[in-house]
Amino acid sequence: MTNKNLLLEVKGLKTYFYLDEGTVRAVDGVDFSIERGKTLCVVGESGCGKSVTARSIMQIVDPPGRIIEGEMLFHRINQDSGSSEQEEIIDLAKINPRAEAIRKIRGKEIAMIFQEPMTSLSPVHTIGHQISQAITLHTTATKAEAREQTIDVLRLVGIPRPETRVDTYPFQLSGGMRQRAMIAMALSCKPSLLIADEPTTALDVTTQAQIIDLMIKLQQERGMAIQFITHDMGVVAEIADDVVVMYLGLIVERGPVDTIFHNPKHPYTQALLRSIPQIGPRVRQRLEVIKGMVPDPYNRPKGCPFHPRCLKRISGVCDQILPPKVELEPGHDVRCVLYDGSASHPVEGSASHPVEGSASHPVEGKGGSQ
Amino acid sequence: MSASLIQANPKIILEVNNLRMHFPIVKGFLRRTIGHVKAVDNVNLFVQKGETLGLVGESGCGKTTTGRCIIRAYTPTSGEILYRTPDDKIVDLAKLKSEGDLRPYRRDIRMIFQDPYSSLNPRMTLLQIVGDPIMANHVASGKELEDRVAMLLKRVGLRPEYMRRYPHAFSGGERQRIGIARALALNPRVVIADESVSALDVSVRAQILNLLQDLQQEFGLTYLFVAHDLSVVEYICDRVAVMYVGKLVELADTETLYMRPLHPYTEALLSAVPKPDPRLRNRGNRIIPEGEVADPAKPPSGCYFHPRCRFAKERCSIEEPALRDLGNNHFVACHFAGELTLRGVLDKKVVA
Repeated sequence: MTNKNLLLEVKGLKTYFYLDEGTVRAVDGVDFSIERGKTLCVVGESGCGKSVTARSIMQIVDPPGRIIEGEMLFHRINQDSGSSEQEEIIDLAKINPRAEAIRKIRGKEIAMIFQEPMTSLSPVHTIGHQISQAITLHTTATKAEAREQTIDVLRLVGIPRPETRVDTYPFQLSGGMRQRAMIAMALSCKPSLLIADEPTTALDVTTQAQIIDLMIKLQQERGMAIQFITHDMGVVAEIADDVVVMYLGLIVERGPVDTIFHNPKHPYTQALLRSIPQIGPRVRQRLEVIKGMVPDPYNRPKGCPFHPRCLKRISGVCDQILPPKVELEPGHDVRCVLYDGSASHPVEGSASHPVEGSASHPVEGKGGSQ
Repeated sequence: MSASLIQANPKIILEVNNLRMHFPIVKGFLRRTIGHVKAVDNVNLFVQKGETLGLVGESGCGKTTTGRCIIRAYTPTSGEILYRTPDDKIVDLAKLKSEGDLRPYRRDIRMIFQDPYSSLNPRMTLLQIVGDPIMANHVASGKELEDRVAMLLKRVGLRPEYMRRYPHAFSGGERQRIGIARALALNPRVVIADESVSALDVSVRAQILNLLQDLQQEFGLTYLFVAHDLSVVEYICDRVAVMYVGKLVELADTETLYMRPLHPYTEALLSAVPKPDPRLRNRGNRIIPEGEVADPAKPPSGCYFHPRCRFAKERCSIEEPALRDLGNNHFVACHFAGELTLRGVLDKKVVA
């Protein structure tokens, strides 16, 4: 890996939850990478493992969940140790979730914004107290300096009158202001990666637009990478550079935002895009729906997890094998047998398969990464 | 709107005139009233038979309260809710005081709630949940009740065999179907859908929207669709009413409202909607109103939107604009309606 811009590489990440009812494979072999200063959107319906992926990176998976396999390589630039910048690669998956090492990264290098600002802020501490605590913990600032920095960061996220707002409690702020305070806390230590877990889902459209504009502005100023988790395709179109589509703990498609919206390959991505009402000139046709619903995580379908709902399924293939990841072009890969030219499934002869669009595309098929 | 609209036009099934719902703010030991939250403040609208009227706005603008006043879960502070009964009589629901007087109309106007997790009693089976309104109104009982519930469940896409199960066994989309079955149990004429698809996943949301449309055609239902998602509203509604801090600011048919909005607030709402196409990205080109929604307990003077409005003039902070008809049933509450150049949903030209 010679890419200097690489910030985080996740390889074969598996996070399972061991419950009395059985094992939930919340994240089941996920690979992606985030570059510095770029935005990666993770989309999918509820229960597809978006949030667990993010929590795995932060090492805050709640028990009985555990990361059981995979690597999460975080490329940290150390500036403190002398004159030249040197890159250090840390495997987050190897660190004990309670160790000192992860605490130095969590909140400082990688910060997270949660979905519900009311439940993720402490109701009995002022927002100033909560933000300056993060600053004093990760830097050498004194209390007074931390307070100054807190006021600065509150001003940065567009909270009016930050000098007085610093002493307010979360319940005194509106939803949009609380989410701004949450962003301020995440930004207080200048992280290189910001993980935003559905930060705008609980907000009104106008507030959502304000928060998204704020995040884009801050990203341009600070050059941080954002991993944005959402189920709203509209938000994805606004903010993403790259998109990862997840279904039942697997990445079914990954690619640049324009490709995902205008040339989606996986039947799930295609169906997802067709099921959202388009705003604009009135074409009041019925919405196409995806039949059925996301299966119960205890009984995952065999083979491709999407096959029971898929319109293009090939019986005998899709319900038997987990499709390998196929790279269609650099940066765009899909996990579907329709595009698998490498004939790694039981039915031999790739030409016999209805390959759509890129039939003659030279697919190098990375082979089953599982 | 004149008070006699419903009398003049037999197609109108429901008319709301000058509806006000003020909640008192009480304080201290003596529980003195120190002010009012004007949740709904002078709302006028009408709904035609068989149409879907959307009610949109940010949270706290009074859309849900309006819906709840219409089903008379609240007794409005003042105003009229005129309803046309099946035998063509016009009743003012706001004036009816006792539960007994309201009873016949409770069957006609039903509600589908937002949260499919909290609106179903976890200790009741589907048969009890869906059958409850049927039993309470002495429509059917025993075997007949079961048959009716089975039919309703089948109609909303659930298997009748599930009748003896409890709500916890169902997913969000299925629970919303149960809520719809319960709302339909008494063959209502008007259904108020209060954010009924907001809590659902995209693929399930599409299924429920299609179901609502099918049911509307089949039973000739009239919907009042309360929502904050403008793309869903555009998809399902015939006409849309926009609310801001308890007041109606604009009401027009969907296409006109989305293409040629006349109120600056509608324009701002439309421009805030993220468009699901990265090629239409217009960063920094959006009109996002500054600041926050006004507090309905302490609303600003004049037009409630003026502190956030980019066209605000002196007049706006003094005089309250009235809702007026600008032709073709396009109602706007803005002093300068028609004089401003506002952007619709597709127009990307920047207006100076």
